[in-house]
Amino acid sequence: MAKIFAHMRLIAGALALAFVVATAWPAAAQQPSMVNPTADAVKEQQLLDQLHIIKGLGTIPDTKSYVLEHPAGREWREYRTVTLLWIGGIAILGILALLTIFYLWKGKMRIKAGRSGRTILRFNVLERFVHWLTAVTFVILGITGLNITFGRSLLLPWMGPQAFSEWSEWGKFAHNYISFAFTAGVVLMFFMWVARNLPTRADVEWFKAGGGMFGGEEPPAHKFNGGEKLIFWLSMLGGVAVAVTGYVLLFPFYGTNITTMELAQVVHSTVAVLYVAAMFVHIYMGTIGVEGAFEAMGDGNVDVNWAKERHLLWYEEKMQETGASAGQAMRPAE
Amino acid sequence: MARMKFLCDADRCIECNACVTACKNEHEVPWGINRRRVVTINDGKPGERSISMACMHCTDAPCAAVCPVNCFYTTADAVVLHSKDLCIGCGYCFYACPFGAPQYPKVGNFGSRGKMDKCTFCAGGPEADNSKEEYEKYGANRLAEGKLPLCAEMCSTKSLLAGDGDVIAQIYKERVAKRGYGSGAWGWQTAYRENIAT
Repeated sequence: MAKIFAHMRLIAGALALAFVVATAWPAAAQQPSMVNPTADAVKEQQLLDQLHIIKGLGTIPDTKSYVLEHPAGREWREYRTVTLLWIGGIAILGILALLTIFYLWKGKMRIKAGRSGRTILRFNVLERFVHWLTAVTFVILGITGLNITFGRSLLLPWMGPQAFSEWSEWGKFAHNYISFAFTAGVVLMFFMWVARNLPTRADVEWFKAGGGMFGGEEPPAHKFNGGEKLIFWLSMLGGVAVAVTGYVLLFPFYGTNITTMELAQVVHSTVAVLYVAAMFVHIYMGTIGVEGAFEAMGDGNVDVNWAKERHLLWYEEKMQETGASAGQAMRPAE
Repeated sequence: MARMKFLCDADRCIECNACVTACKNEHEVPWGINRRRVVTINDGKPGERSISMACMHCTDAPCAAVCPVNCFYTTADAVVLHSKDLCIGCGYCFYACPFGAPQYPKVGNFGSRGKMDKCTFCAGGPEADNSKEEYEKYGANRLAEGKLPLCAEMCSTKSLLAGDGDVIAQIYKERVAKRGYGSGAWGWQTAYRENIAT
């Protein structure tokens, strides 16, 4: 009996062994041909299609270098080398052309009653200082900024590579440092003039009459007329936009990545060229466009007749303010 | 003349960073600047791949197109180089580059950038070949000595290939045919607008 059991144990063991071998064999045989290391490997095109950027991990401290590929730079390139040149070219040359046509058509806006010879103070020392601080820095920033966009095609050919690089590098430093003074100017200007630049009913009338620029009378205006208020708000919006995006670019990778920096550059340069175009209108109006206007920012005093014709409400307000003493002083001697 | 290219065979790269070290040493690249780096994608997951990346010396290079002072030039071997005398450190090439190749030393205030530095395909710069000035600004000029870039020459698994585009493409094709798989020539479509048919 014990002998039979021993035999059965042997047979069962042999069967079990045969089973294990039989089930294991096919798997072992398939192993080498089944493994395809690229079957689950990351694919470049797939990553680009899904994410438009390929990022990974690296071993050097420079974490921004962990971006392996970022082909979106191509769209930025298209903007920088083509689109921006068109926007800037059309805006700036277009405005200059319009101003030239307007000047040839209407000429200078004269003081109709002629100069009275008497003047009143329009802008005090602080106002003039803030204006010129902003204006001078704006011009430097504008020229050095336009140089980055248009210099390569306009200046480089006749300046030569050495001189152009030298000038552009100084331009870059000037642009970076002077930006702080410009920003200060914009902020000061905002607090100084915002109260007088809030839109009023008089501005609606002013715009309806085209500011008297296309014939007809110029509607009475306060210290700033509708057009001047428009320039003020464009300057504030433009100033804030270029300042914010400019500082984003000035401090690379401070909470930004390459995509946000490209975006910042697009906003910065687009707003900047439009800003420059808008300021040409302002410069025209303040110099050759309107007789007697420049003096307001020159020594601060404007002719009384100019004040009556262009800013009647402000003139009346000023007369009341200065009261009897000033009024008496202005009365011609008998 | 050859059309020089880099090709990183991601199925061979073992992320040893020898290429990075070789490059830094050969060109005396200063602290904080890496002309070449290795990026690992899907680190620790199935299908992980490492790719050694530097300037790819693109066809119709975006950096050259956007440079405001036109300081880039392409050599007869199609290597994209630049002049540090002309560079003003504006950072535009970094915005445009698909591979993050341009590097800037931090000089002066804020994020002020110095003269841009990038991989030269071991081909120096505009100065006389292997002159002291060239070495100080751009590092060694191995191409002028008839040698290929050191990163690829030193690659322990021969993953990184550098040389004439047709030749290295052929080597890669043969590899793929023999081993039966290949995850492609990373960056080629972006840099050269062409890929290797395998």
